[in-house]
Amino acid sequence: MTDQLEVTPATKAPETGGFGVRERTQTEIVVRRFLRHKLAVGSLVLLILIVIIAYGGAALWKYDLHSTPDISQPPSWEHPFGTDGPGHDWLARVLRGLQQSIKIALSVALIGTVLGTIWGSIAGYFGRHVDNALMRLADLVIILPGIAVAATLASLGEGTWWMIAVIIGGLASANVSRLIRGVVLSLREQDFIEAAKALGASDTRIILRHLVPNALGPTIVSATILVAVGILAETGLSFLGFGVQSPDTSLGLLVQEAAGAVNTRPWLFYFPGLFIILIALTINFIGDGLRDAFDPKQTRVRQ
Amino acid sequence: MFAFAARRLMISIPVLLVASFMVFVMITTSGDPLQALRVTNPPTPPETIALEAHRLHLDMPWYERYFNWFGGLLRGDLGPSVNVRENINEEVWSRFFVTLRLVLLAMVLALIMAIVSGVVSAVRQYSKVDYSMTFLGFLFLAMPSFWLAILLKEAGIFLNQVDGDSDSRIFFTYGDRSAFLEDPTAWNRFTDVAGHMILPTLALALITFASWSRFQRSSMLEVLGSDYIRLARAKGLRWRKVLTKHALRTALIPLTTVSALDFAGILGGAVITETIFGWHGMGQYLTDSINTRDAYALMAWLLLAGSIVVIVNLIADLLYGVLDPRIRHD
Repeated sequence: MTDQLEVTPATKAPETGGFGVRERTQTEIVVRRFLRHKLAVGSLVLLILIVIIAYGGAALWKYDLHSTPDISQPPSWEHPFGTDGPGHDWLARVLRGLQQSIKIALSVALIGTVLGTIWGSIAGYFGRHVDNALMRLADLVIILPGIAVAATLASLGEGTWWMIAVIIGGLASANVSRLIRGVVLSLREQDFIEAAKALGASDTRIILRHLVPNALGPTIVSATILVAVGILAETGLSFLGFGVQSPDTSLGLLVQEAAGAVNTRPWLFYFPGLFIILIALTINFIGDGLRDAFDPKQTRVRQ
Repeated sequence: MFAFAARRLMISIPVLLVASFMVFVMITTSGDPLQALRVTNPPTPPETIALEAHRLHLDMPWYERYFNWFGGLLRGDLGPSVNVRENINEEVWSRFFVTLRLVLLAMVLALIMAIVSGVVSAVRQYSKVDYSMTFLGFLFLAMPSFWLAILLKEAGIFLNQVDGDSDSRIFFTYGDRSAFLEDPTAWNRFTDVAGHMILPTLALALITFASWSRFQRSSMLEVLGSDYIRLARAKGLRWRKVLTKHALRTALIPLTTVSALDFAGILGGAVITETIFGWHGMGQYLTDSINTRDAYALMAWLLLAGSIVVIVNLIADLLYGVLDPRIRHD
């Protein structure tokens, strides 16, 4: 988008005093459109708040992951989220779980997006056999239930957070690659790519300087949604026992620990679950706002 | 149409085989399925361990094991299980049908909910109904499947106890069937299985329908804005007929693609749902196989799951031809 819509100096309107419209860059337009989306902006603020609380709150909170003498306490001023059977302060656990889950989800988005963008743009740009081989590779990943493959792979290692992020991100990149390939396929046929080729630009330069920046909109939207996918996948994996391993914790592991006693100690079950929902919900709203902001068909003018 | 289906299958089979090879290499080159035998107290005699290793083909190099496994597969033999008393063939098939009925029913339910809510949302755009459907869609999209399943299970337990009589049972919350039936007629067995399916199916369907409903809404909106719908209205067709006969048929095409692509994901969701409701299905088989490092059982699981995903996607491809008159597979 940047290449096509930036006003080149030759076509710039002459400076006339008084009446003039300042040109806006594509980024400015996107940011302005996003800011008009109240729900998305509110979600962004809430999400940043959650991240700050997860990291800052854990540093300030008086309890850590060690057990306290208070066993199975319902929520109170002393323990806002209550305590579990062995007497762990549940707020401290949830904060730690939040940190791990957020860390993994963001890494999943980063790994999935970078790998998927490279994968998809190479396939789309070179076409033919390269495209065929790379897309069959994507089929290979997509054909199997992700959680089963992730659980199998995760069980081979020791369950460190970055390994889980690499596994989920790697599997997710197959879907990203399909999306980016589709975008690149339609961009490839356009005149400015041909012009770049005529000027003697190398393949690497065309992919990195022309294709990837022009596919930025869909890429950013998919990266945002990947954070939600990442947090749901990680918590699901941890819930099944193949994700983050005790003594460390994640939101999914906390729900799993609480699953046996929902009726007797409901606070253990609801707090971590609500945070998962809150994070996934805000990210989906942000993703929706970004999608609208990047959509060139969106105007405020009635049609 | 038949040639098209055959061609699609010919592409998918090599993909499945390459996937099986990669997974096989990864599973067999790491982890020790005999770990449980080695750490027993009193220690297992080395001869027993050696015999067990021979039975599980652990004394072969991995490439030989793969070709051995592949040869067995062609003859319909899925290899020995770590659990001596278990036959992978029987086990995986019986569990497969337990899971398949959950997945298919949840998918049908999710499709119905998605189409109805999507169409209503689109026709009454920006109404209260639309906003509440949108809210529900976003909520279920953000909800982890295991959390919702536990919630439904606990709600079921609560409703069972609400009349104070702990023996009365409205919802079944554990297992895929009762272990014992007083009067095992065909009808009683059917209602028993159906009763056990209610909550898990609902849990899986609610998680699945959320994103589909969003898709259906936007594709319906797009179709409703198109010229041929305006024409149908202009020539005096009844609105109801325009919606069902003209608009809905076209608006179903994107959902067909999406639901088929999501099938592998629903299968993954079933793994989690089944674990929570204690079913003897594919979900439990997967976690057990991973935990006991049962390589052949895992291979059977993944191959079966991959095959059903291929078949479902093929059905979706054939359905386009029915839905979209522009696409014909000759």
